Amino acid sequence: MAEVKLLATWPSPFYYRVVWALKSKGIAYEFIEEDLANKSPLLLQYNPVHKKIPVLIHGGKPICESMIILEYIEEIWPKNSLLPNDPYEKAVARFWIKFADDKSPEIWRVFRSVGEEQEKAAKDSLEMLKTIEEHALGEKKFFGGDKIGMVGIAFGQLAQWLQVIEDVTGVKLLEASEFPRLQRWINNFKQVPVINENLPDYDQMFAFFKGRRQMLLASK
Amino acid sequence: MADEVILLDLWSSPFAMRVRIALAEKGIEYESKEEDLSNKSSLLLKMNPVHKQIPVLIHKGRPVCESLIIVQYIDEVWRDKSPLLPSHPCDRANARFWADFVDKKIYSTGKLVWATTGEVQEAAKKELIGCFNVLEGELGDKPYFGGDKFGFTDVSLIPFYSWFYAMETCGNFNIIEDCPKLVAWAKRCMERESVSKSLPDQYKIYCFLMGLKKKLDAK
Repeated sequence: MAEVKLLATWPSPFYYRVVWALKSKGIAYEFIEEDLANKSPLLLQYNPVHKKIPVLIHGGKPICESMIILEYIEEIWPKNSLLPNDPYEKAVARFWIKFADDKSPEIWRVFRSVGEEQEKAAKDSLEMLKTIEEHALGEKKFFGGDKIGMVGIAFGQLAQWLQVIEDVTGVKLLEASEFPRLQRWINNFKQVPVINENLPDYDQMFAFFKGRRQMLLASK
Repeated sequence: MADEVILLDLWSSPFAMRVRIALAEKGIEYESKEEDLSNKSSLLLKMNPVHKQIPVLIHKGRPVCESLIIVQYIDEVWRDKSPLLPSHPCDRANARFWADFVDKKIYSTGKLVWATTGEVQEAAKKELIGCFNVLEGELGDKPYFGGDKFGFTDVSLIPFYSWFYAMETCGNFNIIEDCPKLVAWAKRCMERESVSKSLPDQYKIYCFLMGLKKKLDAK
């Protein structure tokens, strides 16, 4: 089997998307830590367009953008499938994956801002959570089914990173009473072995993002 | 059967154009329902409650939303004719990457070129040319982004060719001077009936965008 390498940084949620996909399929890989403040020639060579992580390098060929990487992983290693087979169900899954990609950055705006800008970001984040609660999550255990898939992985940052953002900024977004389905999904998601065994340590994350936020505030 | 496939459509939307092109490439008969976005139909609100946006493909009563997701759906359901995505996973990832690049960069930057003036417009022009040059790098000497065959990335980008007259007129520049390969590629795509019939006349788009611009300026 051709070598699999993953160029990424801890604790990027996009890195963890790829980890969860690879681990759920039992694919061995080598993790190469990238320093985004001092981008390596490897990163610039393998992702010249965006210069971002994660980058999956399979048999020497780079694949960029986390959800594109996941579709690639799904196609090369179809075992333990993460997407439905039916074209319509697949289109519905891709709709929510795109929604996760387009809207999840709102929670990071809460993390990066203060005052009015933070209030607006919090409002937009709540809109996003409301949409997921009302339209994306049915009564099933996970998005669309009884086992985790690409949609759940795409929303993964809500399972741990959201809480870190809330704790670091003091802005509460996800009240369990207002978002019962989402809270239940988070609890179920974090108990799945491949997720549970591959989540960044909470205290380490808190310390890391607290430091980052202090730096951001100092520079304003 | 035409009644099996309905497209909630808008003549001027580059995203709707993508779907029209894909349907035409596959020779699929469909009913186009033109939407008025200032007065959205109950069908649109029912079929796309999350975004309330076009295009929406309704196939056997079930909605598919988001233009590139619709194009992939069309490619998978009607897979025996004119495949739009390549077969090898590596090439498919590449096609998706460049379609994603178009999605991230071309609409928002292009809009700034026709909708703004002064420094903002100048910066947008520069960025747009930069993005087009990056795309030219990917195109290389190939006739299409997909290689010999017109494909997914081509479908994602070509609708924005309908904006060229508007951008050049508003921005007072000629895209062909900085991006000759891209313009040659666009003209090659326009020779395909699926594309020429799906893209409105550039002057008509210019008039429409100028109307939009007036509304934006008034806000």
